Amino acid sequence: MALDKNGIAKRIAQELKDGYYVNLGIGIPTLVANYIPEGMNVTLQSENGLLGIGPFPAKGKADADLINAGKQTVTFIDGAAFFDSATSFGMIRGGHVDLTVLGAFEVAENGDISSWKIPGKLVKGMGGAMDLVAAAKNIIVATTHTDRKGNSKLIPECTLPLTGVQCVKKIVTDLAVVEVTDAGFKLLERAPGVSVEEIKAATTGKLIIEGDIPEMNI
Amino acid sequence: MSKVVKNAQEAVKEIKNGSTVMFGGFGLCGIPENCINALVDNNIQDITCISNNAGIDEFGLGLLLRKHQLKKMIASYVGENKEFERQLLSGELEVELIPQGTLAERIRAGGFGIPAFFVPAGFGTEIQGDKEIREFNGKPHVMELGMTADFAIVKAWKGDANGNLIYRHTANNFNNMMASAGKITIAEVEELVPVGELEPNQIHTPGIFIQKIFQGTNYEKRIEFVTEQ
Repeated sequence: MALDKNGIAKRIAQELKDGYYVNLGIGIPTLVANYIPEGMNVTLQSENGLLGIGPFPAKGKADADLINAGKQTVTFIDGAAFFDSATSFGMIRGGHVDLTVLGAFEVAENGDISSWKIPGKLVKGMGGAMDLVAAAKNIIVATTHTDRKGNSKLIPECTLPLTGVQCVKKIVTDLAVVEVTDAGFKLLERAPGVSVEEIKAATTGKLIIEGDIPEMNI
Repeated sequence: MSKVVKNAQEAVKEIKNGSTVMFGGFGLCGIPENCINALVDNNIQDITCISNNAGIDEFGLGLLLRKHQLKKMIASYVGENKEFERQLLSGELEVELIPQGTLAERIRAGGFGIPAFFVPAGFGTEIQGDKEIREFNGKPHVMELGMTADFAIVKAWKGDANGNLIYRHTANNFNNMMASAGKITIAEVEELVPVGELEPNQIHTPGIFIQKIFQGTNYEKRIEFVTEQ
């Protein structure tokens, strides 16, 4: 059966390593914070100038000076640091962030990503997304495999305005884990109970299937 | 001559129609509330506004927007403001959307005397436009220019009469870089302390960048999304 958004976040959390600095985008990516393995040291970076994002504050303790990139109130952990936006994007652009997780409207088989604009409808701006995808060492896209209308989001070529080119390395969807290779989308894992046929039907981009495809272990 | 002025009205009185003004803040966090109100009261027109976001409809920069005081907006994300989206889609407002990291670095470079630099963000997207592209380390980079403004208005937690500033938590964001990039920089602070009280090792923005400073009042410090356990 297809994963829900928590399932996607849980699978992505398996990519975390001890000592990692991680930037989590708005939406499904933020849920990854809930599944950091016990005892693993992972530091969350917030583009607006915080290293060491903590949990949401207790009731009544929200601080207007302490928010995340999504403008929600947060707390900070022991050992946190505050800094300005140029320093924040210096961390990102300078390759100091180990893992970036973000959502997408479309991912192309060559790793292009569209995630910020639907002409005439959604024109809010790109925020930090272009900086993140252009320079991040390791980018994982968290998304549903198809959109609300059932159209594939893993496609031959992006139709919407691009956020970045040839930058996505891995995609975790509600149906599968997919690696972006020189030859196209390589299927690595199936969501529990989901068949290869279902994944093929949901993918219009070039999908490479070699051998037995294991189920995600979540 | 002292940098200290009485209030926001005193601070913004030189800002005329058609000025380019940078406003610090990320969302509603760290915005210069008093100066925004003063500009609304003065009904200054045709402002080119540079800020990461556009506030919300009834607060922050949204106040200037709904009174149609802005000619152009330069920002990275304007999602929380419906009026903004409407003015953008209808063509009433000229908008330039810039990747947040590039915007931050353009402002820093402008303030620090760097006319141009190269970054990877935006290559292959509509941001690239007809900007110069150069390859470094086997990767294409886009040339971006340093950005300055007639005025920069920043908001800090504490400041002194020399203009030294300290920010609190995530309310620093764009304020530190903007401080250097305004031909004239105005700082509004929650607490104006006597010279000598701020510990030099603690200062985020050295006073050399600040031309006017005043003690702010009645901060609302609204929160866009109160998110609690």
